[in-house]
Amino acid sequence: MPSSAEYSGQIPAWCPGCGNFGILSAFKEAMAELEIKPHQFTVVSGIGQSGKFPHYVKCNTFNGLHGRTLPVATGIRLANSDMLVIAVAGDGDCYGEGGNHLLHAIRRNSNIKLFVHDNQIYGLTKGQPSPTSVEGMITKNHPFGVFSERLNPLALAIALDCSFVARGFAGDTVHLAHLMKEAILHDGFSLVDILQPCVTFNKINTYEWYRQRVYYLESEYDPENRVSSFQRALEWGERIPLGLIYRNHRPILEKRNPVIGEKPLIQQPFDATAIEETMKEFY
Amino acid sequence: MPNGERRGMDYTIKIGGEAGQGIQTIGETLARVFSRAGYHVFTHQDYESRVRGGHNFFQIRFSDKPVTASRTYIDILVAFDEESIPLHQHEIRDNGIIIYDASSLGRKHEQDHFLDVPFIELAEQHGNKIMANTVAVGAVLGMLRLQRDLFDGIIRETFSKKGEDIVRQNIGAAASGFDFALRNCPKCSFVPSSFGPPMMLISGIEGIALGAVASGCKFYSAYPMTPSTGIMNYIAGKEKEYGIVVEQAEDEIAAINMALGASFAGVRAMTGTAGGGFALMAEGLSLAGMTETPVVIALGQRPAPATGLPTRTEQGDLLFAIFTAHGEFPRVVFAPGTPEQAFYLTNKAFDLAEKFQIPALVIFDQYLADTEWTYDRFDLTKIRFRDYRLRGDALRSISRYKRHAFTETGVSDFGILGDSEHLIVTDSDEHDEEGHIIEDAETRVKMVEKRLLKKLPLIRREITPPTLYGSGEPDILFVCWGSLYGIVREVVAMLSEGRKTAMLHFSEIYPFPDAFDHRALLETAKVVISVEQNATGQFSRLLRAETGYAFNHMINKYDGRPFTVEQLLSEADAIISRV
Repeated sequence: MPSSAEYSGQIPAWCPGCGNFGILSAFKEAMAELEIKPHQFTVVSGIGQSGKFPHYVKCNTFNGLHGRTLPVATGIRLANSDMLVIAVAGDGDCYGEGGNHLLHAIRRNSNIKLFVHDNQIYGLTKGQPSPTSVEGMITKNHPFGVFSERLNPLALAIALDCSFVARGFAGDTVHLAHLMKEAILHDGFSLVDILQPCVTFNKINTYEWYRQRVYYLESEYDPENRVSSFQRALEWGERIPLGLIYRNHRPILEKRNPVIGEKPLIQQPFDATAIEETMKEFY
Repeated sequence: MPNGERRGMDYTIKIGGEAGQGIQTIGETLARVFSRAGYHVFTHQDYESRVRGGHNFFQIRFSDKPVTASRTYIDILVAFDEESIPLHQHEIRDNGIIIYDASSLGRKHEQDHFLDVPFIELAEQHGNKIMANTVAVGAVLGMLRLQRDLFDGIIRETFSKKGEDIVRQNIGAAASGFDFALRNCPKCSFVPSSFGPPMMLISGIEGIALGAVASGCKFYSAYPMTPSTGIMNYIAGKEKEYGIVVEQAEDEIAAINMALGASFAGVRAMTGTAGGGFALMAEGLSLAGMTETPVVIALGQRPAPATGLPTRTEQGDLLFAIFTAHGEFPRVVFAPGTPEQAFYLTNKAFDLAEKFQIPALVIFDQYLADTEWTYDRFDLTKIRFRDYRLRGDALRSISRYKRHAFTETGVSDFGILGDSEHLIVTDSDEHDEEGHIIEDAETRVKMVEKRLLKKLPLIRREITPPTLYGSGEPDILFVCWGSLYGIVREVVAMLSEGRKTAMLHFSEIYPFPDAFDHRALLETAKVVISVEQNATGQFSRLLRAETGYAFNHMINKYDGRPFTVEQLLSEADAIISRV
């Protein structure tokens, strides 16, 4: 088994103590344990502190635009369905700017692994509320506090019958690495929402705040019952469940599309000789 | 010239009616009959943004000589609604005929240039009133005294899947319309010329879509928007045969980002939209520029701002196509003037996008999208296909790989994900040769030089100068671009009988052609007229910015409707007679 150090990229420019470090180390651990080599997977990221993630990992990288991680990931998967594609996004990135793409990526069920760094705040732009910020959170640009209801990404995903829905915590990298591995091994669009403290701008949802509330789903929990999974997804506040909350076995997009069901698009060279025949259709 | 001059065989048929009545099917069927007869055909359409009702028309011109635009005057009007008659009867030429079904219009017209054909009754006699359109096509062919075999062949192709009964009924219905018109139209005096070898009939939108398929396009993602949707429909019909993935995106932002993802992974990718969708793609276009990811974008202009006139035509997005998106990066912008140019320029867009790792735009409009033209054939030897990517062993054999390596030309090898242990890294942030985020000024400067300044002159060298049609030493010179090619060409041909006249047509617009040796023409011609279908003369401004030349005379049209030959001729005459 390779060591997780073999997956190290550039030196992170995150704040000391940032929850992103836990996510990074869990991810490298998961890849080492799965023995997936750096050239065998591609990380697509957007903009925000999470967007820098692939630079800190040894991997193929498309660090694109804010919110547009999933369309790029979908394009890569459709072109090369042999490639493991991991989409990394933040809560503002994926649930705000890219919200529409999330809805439709879940519907499509392309075999993408989406790891959301959910710190309930905007870090890169220095402390504005995100879609998952708690109601009432006061920030510089929200002197009266946040009026909007907090977005519940897990309930949203289950409502859309997302193939794999899990929640991890950056403060428990062993559990998180396990969840990441499960997501990667699952055949279907997989969302892992990762609770991640922002030590600089989010003074509410701290390591301590999470530690007091999170609990692990009991071993007899059935993640394949959509209704009870939805109930679990609604839990927030005093008790916050961690683990695989929902899973189904819908066929993936890449298998449903007969053009790429057998062989990735990239391995199907263009046959220019057919054009002569096609031209006849215009007579 | 109240009835338009005519040389040799040159007939125009207009079919008018409500949306949902099958106007387009009748038009396309007649056009196919004429092209198979070996005639030169030109069709254009006018329709409203609705699925039922309103007033639409389909106009077909056919001739024994090449035709490249519609005329104002018509020989046969097929009226499927009462509204067609007051709207179009002033366009009827001497000896022209209006054919209609009095029972379905609820009114009988007694003048002798009307021909009442009971479309529905004849269809019912052969089994079903649904075949009224078949009767109508048969009747038009009867009026023209044009043998029915070609139409019977088309009926066979169209309905063979539905069984022999349906084929037979339709052929019977066609024959009854044909015979009825033959017997009951003593005023019909049309003399079609003899048949020639079949011609290829193709629309502008098909030219673009076929060009994409012929260029090895493997991935097309788009959100439906008139007038670009036909590209998606055509390519989707070829998915299985050519191994192409067509993905309908949730919005245009997703469409371009998906195309970039697919291109990054190593396949040729394209997206298409109209002005409003292109506005949403602006950030993705800039991403293509920064990450040096090839992509082809088809942009169908329509009268705007905002939703504008969704199903109509305008050349209002030229400067938008050239200048939109933040930052400075190279791109090419082509504006084909004919379906044939659409085919070759879409191919060239793919080739240049891949060669220089840049976005390439093919801009068109509703008019070009929907007009059908005839050709003997397209020459496939003119299609360029070269795989510029670094794949398999070629990638594995190099010792060190950097996605954005500095090179003499600015173009770096584009490796394929997973083909080797080399990592392919790119970033929307400014990055180093490997593709990782940087902040330092020195790398930034070198990257701008690599990405933009080194590539630009090389790209410009690929651009073909404008086409000169007509006199080499013109007194009267028309300058136009994109879809105006056919109309201006016919006007030039007509004026050339009296004076030395020419057209300068631009289809490869940006970067502006380097070898611009037509400056002398602009200086020496007595009258130079710029023709554009927009309000402000966007091309004129571009030409002035690039060459310093300013037009004295401009004809601008921005009512959403295409020029006919007669309309442009009369506007040009007004200018020429003043000078």
